[in-house]
Amino acid sequence: MVKWFKPLVFLACLGPLARLGWKAYAGLLGANPIEVITHSTGDWILIFLLITLAITPLRKLTGQLWLIRYRRMFGLFAFFYACLHFTTYIWLDKFFNMHEIWADVLKRRFITVGFTGFVLLIPLALTSTQGWIRRLGGKRWQLLHRLIYLSAIAGVIHYWWLVKADVSKPAQYAFVLSLLLGYRVVAWLLRRNKERKAASAMIPRTPVAEA
Amino acid sequence: MLIKKAADILSSEITPKSLYLNRRKFLAGTALAGAAVVAAGVGLRELASPSEVAEANAKIDGVQKSPFSTTETITPYKDVTNYNNYYEFSTDKYGPADLAKNFKTLPWTVTIDGHVKKKQVLDVDTIIKMAAPEERIYRHRCVEGWSIVVPWVGFSLNELIKRADPLPKAKFVEFTTLFDVRQMPGQRSSVLQWPYTEGLRMDEAMHPLALLCFGMYGEVLPNQDGAPLRMVIPWKYGFKSIKGIVRIRFVDSQPLNTWNISAPSEYGFYSNVNPSVDHPRWSQASERRLGEFRKRPTLMFNGYDQVASLYSGMDLKKNF
Repeated sequence: MVKWFKPLVFLACLGPLARLGWKAYAGLLGANPIEVITHSTGDWILIFLLITLAITPLRKLTGQLWLIRYRRMFGLFAFFYACLHFTTYIWLDKFFNMHEIWADVLKRRFITVGFTGFVLLIPLALTSTQGWIRRLGGKRWQLLHRLIYLSAIAGVIHYWWLVKADVSKPAQYAFVLSLLLGYRVVAWLLRRNKERKAASAMIPRTPVAEA
Repeated sequence: MLIKKAADILSSEITPKSLYLNRRKFLAGTALAGAAVVAAGVGLRELASPSEVAEANAKIDGVQKSPFSTTETITPYKDVTNYNNYYEFSTDKYGPADLAKNFKTLPWTVTIDGHVKKKQVLDVDTIIKMAAPEERIYRHRCVEGWSIVVPWVGFSLNELIKRADPLPKAKFVEFTTLFDVRQMPGQRSSVLQWPYTEGLRMDEAMHPLALLCFGMYGEVLPNQDGAPLRMVIPWKYGFKSIKGIVRIRFVDSQPLNTWNISAPSEYGFYSNVNPSVDHPRWSQASERRLGEFRKRPTLMFNGYDQVASLYSGMDLKKNF
């Protein structure tokens, strides 16, 4: 891939934030700006989580191996927007009232599940470096980073549980997520099947009735 | 179901009096338009076009001030007309302003039936002229946790109820919104059960604060805010203040209301603003007044303490 492509993608990932910033500056965030900021950052977490989860299937299905080099960046952008989303909540919604925040997290299931999804992303962001992959070892690192499945599921449930009646948007995210996770289940089943066959092929056939 | 057949011509072509008067005023203002056009009678629509816009912004004359008004800062007109929960048009709050642009509020009739002396179908203009219009600057609190202050125009619902003359067995009032999929695209989705219905207990409906509303900011109601006729019940969450009313029915038992049908554990029949009874999924203790940065505490009955006696002896946690 061309050298300047990655920085370009990086800048594009900052686009949603730039757009929000511009709209806030120009007074285009509508009647309830804080609501728009909360919803917009929330949307972009899910979008980046889904993009991140799409890398492996795309890579396998298209053979475009270079895609892997973008996965960490997309994952970290999901975390970046999650930090913005979370900050919006604790600052602009709760004004750092820790008592209220804690009560929310314990009492309101959509916040409980959203908070869980956010917390699950923290170790992934921290261990996203080459150094940590080495330290943990590829296998263990991979196992840990499967937490992204749970985080994405938690994110979609969070959205689903907060809407009043119209679940069409969370349903769209749920649909894409189920495709991406479904791919992994199918891939795992196929792999297991193959391994079994390979294993049974290695056992020498017992000669029949050698009498 | 025989709801409505597309009218061939009929009443929609008859210029309602209020509009006619507005146009006359318009013509008088431009003087030059001349008597010939008036005499011809045609071309009036063209002259006043775009009619929807002119209509929506028509001033309401003779509006009296009301002692029920708050002195709090009024929310900007553009916020109240662009941030609307009106699922008949869209579940996106910024949707109705555009989607309701061509909504036909004329002709418009309201059926008054159920347990009343005289069942009747009234033209909305007849209803509007029943009593003198008042400006009521009310706090309006949405169940979602935001609030606005709006100068509504209307009169107490009890003015209409008195004239409708309900029978003693009428214990509740049920309101119904227009059901017209061609005009209200949101009704194509089954996100709520259509048509939207709401209800009040008779004593609530008779309370002078319960406003039958047809205007705001001194003008005729914009379509996205519930034109041509809506309720405003300031001590209850916004969804109780039903829009686009086509039927007012007097009944003997508690009517169903749409949001209660949709999620009975979350939206009750009463739905009084109450900071100490949370929505199952979020707190109702505070609210964001549009245009303000910090949240403000939510007041019991949205600050309309005068309704408290309607609920004395009732467990408001159970009757949420």
